[in-house]
Amino acid sequence: MSANAGHGAPQGTPRGRTANWIERRLPVFSTMEHFSQYPTPKNLNYWWNFGSIAGFVLVAMIVTGIVLAMHYTPHVDHAFNSVERIMRDVNYGWLIRYLHANGGAMFFLVVYIHLFRGLYYGSYKAPREIIWWLGIIILLLMMATAFMGYVLPWGQMSFWAAKVITNLFSAIPWVGESITTWLWGGFTVDNPTLNRFFSLHYLLPFVIVGVVVLHIAALHTVKSGNPLGVEAKTPKDTIPFHPYYTVKDLFGLGVFMLVWAFFVFYAPNFMGHPDNYIPADSLATPAHIVPEWYFLPYYAILRAFTADFFMYWPISWLITAKFAGVIAMFGSLLILFLMPWLDTSEVRSSRFRPIYKIFFWVFVIDTIILGYVGANAPDEVAHIALLGLFDFSTGLTWLTIGEITTFWYFFHFIILVPVIGRMERPRPLPHSISEPVLGGGAVGGGAAAQSRPGPMEKA
Amino acid sequence: MAADDQAAHGTEGSDEHSRRDFLYIATGAFTAFGAAAVAWPLLDTLNPAADTLAASTVDVDLAPIKPGQRITVKYRGSPVFIDRRSKVQIEEARKVPLKDLQDPETDEARVHKGKDEWLVIVGVCTHLGCIPLGQTPGSKRGEFGGWFCPCHGSHYDTSGRIRKGPAPTNLPVPDYRFTSDTRIRLGEKPKEDTKAGS
Ligand code: HEM
Ligand code: FES
Repeated sequence: MSANAGHGAPQGTPRGRTANWIERRLPVFSTMEHFSQYPTPKNLNYWWNFGSIAGFVLVAMIVTGIVLAMHYTPHVDHAFNSVERIMRDVNYGWLIRYLHANGGAMFFLVVYIHLFRGLYYGSYKAPREIIWWLGIIILLLMMATAFMGYVLPWGQMSFWAAKVITNLFSAIPWVGESITTWLWGGFTVDNPTLNRFFSLHYLLPFVIVGVVVLHIAALHTVKSGNPLGVEAKTPKDTIPFHPYYTVKDLFGLGVFMLVWAFFVFYAPNFMGHPDNYIPADSLATPAHIVPEWYFLPYYAILRAFTADFFMYWPISWLITAKFAGVIAMFGSLLILFLMPWLDTSEVRSSRFRPIYKIFFWVFVIDTIILGYVGANAPDEVAHIALLGLFDFSTGLTWLTIGEITTFWYFFHFIILVPVIGRMERPRPLPHSISEPVLGGGAVGGGAAAQSRPGPMEKA
Repeated sequence: MAADDQAAHGTEGSDEHSRRDFLYIATGAFTAFGAAAVAWPLLDTLNPAADTLAASTVDVDLAPIKPGQRITVKYRGSPVFIDRRSKVQIEEARKVPLKDLQDPETDEARVHKGKDEWLVIVGVCTHLGCIPLGQTPGSKRGEFGGWFCPCHGSHYDTSGRIRKGPAPTNLPVPDYRFTSDTRIRLGEKPKEDTKAGS
């Protein structure tokens, strides 16, 4: 099977006369063939499923969102009630809303796994830097979209999330106040704010679709990476996308939909906050305001910057702790853009990087702890407890833990990643994707033992 | 492009080449100017509209407020705290040396001349915009007896000044004016001589 058949020319594959007529005017068929024959490394594991799942969720969010928008009213006096009407009176409104609300969280879950996959397998390295950068842009757009969506039901959490997040911009010296007034369209979060958030919440998902198209165009230009991190060299290393990976992707999607359905049908408010079922009150802040779980690590980084945090000392003469926290919070995302330069190792896959692999997992744990910190009150002493089985006090406040883990977050990217890349001695790489499977020399024998052949290997 | 250049060189020489560059730059500059001229109105629509700006004064009757009582009124969508302070509270605020303050400001500068008991401040935490506690009897007032913001733990004193926590500045004093002995109008600047600090 020739991997590159079907590029452009109408005479590539025999088609009917009508198909040829269309093809000469709009290359629908050759494009479809491009996708079905896309030469894909034959050793992809399940971590490569999450891109297609993310694409599916994006479409599902747009479909459910458009239906919700037909019943939703973007006005401070009616928004909350219109969402309650969706829940109680609109036929299957509860289903559509729970799909959409939990779908937002599922979207982040999937995209975070997709992103960590990239960090583990070095997917940001040449020639895939642009794919990586576009991915981060998608994540930033998703965050803006989800934040504005969360404001729409106009409950207490909606309102105070909008207030606190827009107030971040007031930290910018000189222009901060004009920027927040401009974002609000008034003197505080109010009806003009809700209106524009609805408009943008409707718009941004379609911008995301556009960036996803570029993400995939870049991918299909340089072709997919794989768990071994050695590029596909001969047609023996690849198989056509269809039917092999269409089936594998559909299987993964099925499993994913079970998880999503579990939340929608059995725990629809598990990830939500009860205060959001109280209508927004601009005169009273709820006792504990916390963001949605997918924003918690950033929230922890934001709050770590107080006047006596040692990472703040060197810049304390220049900017306020509040502004430093805002910069660190955005910086924690923007630093991902630099990965192609920060990682100095020639080897892509962590399978062959014994030291980086350890610190990768330390980093994963660090971000999870940051999430816990973000969910808890800074001044309280941190307890580790499990269902009454044990309850162990760490003796440290959540703030202190947040400071340590915030430090580690940046230490990982700025120091560890470049230094490990220089010092580490990688394990021997196989010569090709096929080699560890089909044999052919002892080079990289260790690696061969590790990469189990997947179900596709029969091909 | 290459063909254009060649034509230019072939027929008219390098003089024509630089004239063409000038045209490119001039066209580009005019386009950028035009784009900016269109972008500004689009962006400016997001600023507060005329009606939002117009609904900008609120009259408050102070007569029913008893000494030691605090009330909240809504002004421009945000709470304004009005505190009829006791002698003790005023003294407490005034005996603090300025150097102990994160955002140094005297208590005198935050009230109107001869109206020391009336503290009028915007009740929005200067950290990230939560509403501090302390307005209702029995609610937390923080370590300095003023207000306490539960969101990230900012403590304000009896003059509404930041004393502890992440908030960078004092709770701001809005523009207001005494229209009579027992009435104020929020949103209007005071006559010069009644605002003690300025
Ligand atoms: C990137 C894709 C999207 C994400 C991540 C997202 C996220 C969210 C979130 C987190 C909420 C709050 C759910 C709740 O607590 O009630 C929400 C609400 C809403 N979204 Fe989206 N959304 C997306 C796409 C869309 C689209 C394309 C539309 C419309 C065309 C839309 C329309 C709405 C409406 C009307 C609401 C308010 C009703 C409600 O709260 O359920 N969304 N969105
Ligand atoms: S908003 Fe008040 S302390 Fe953060």
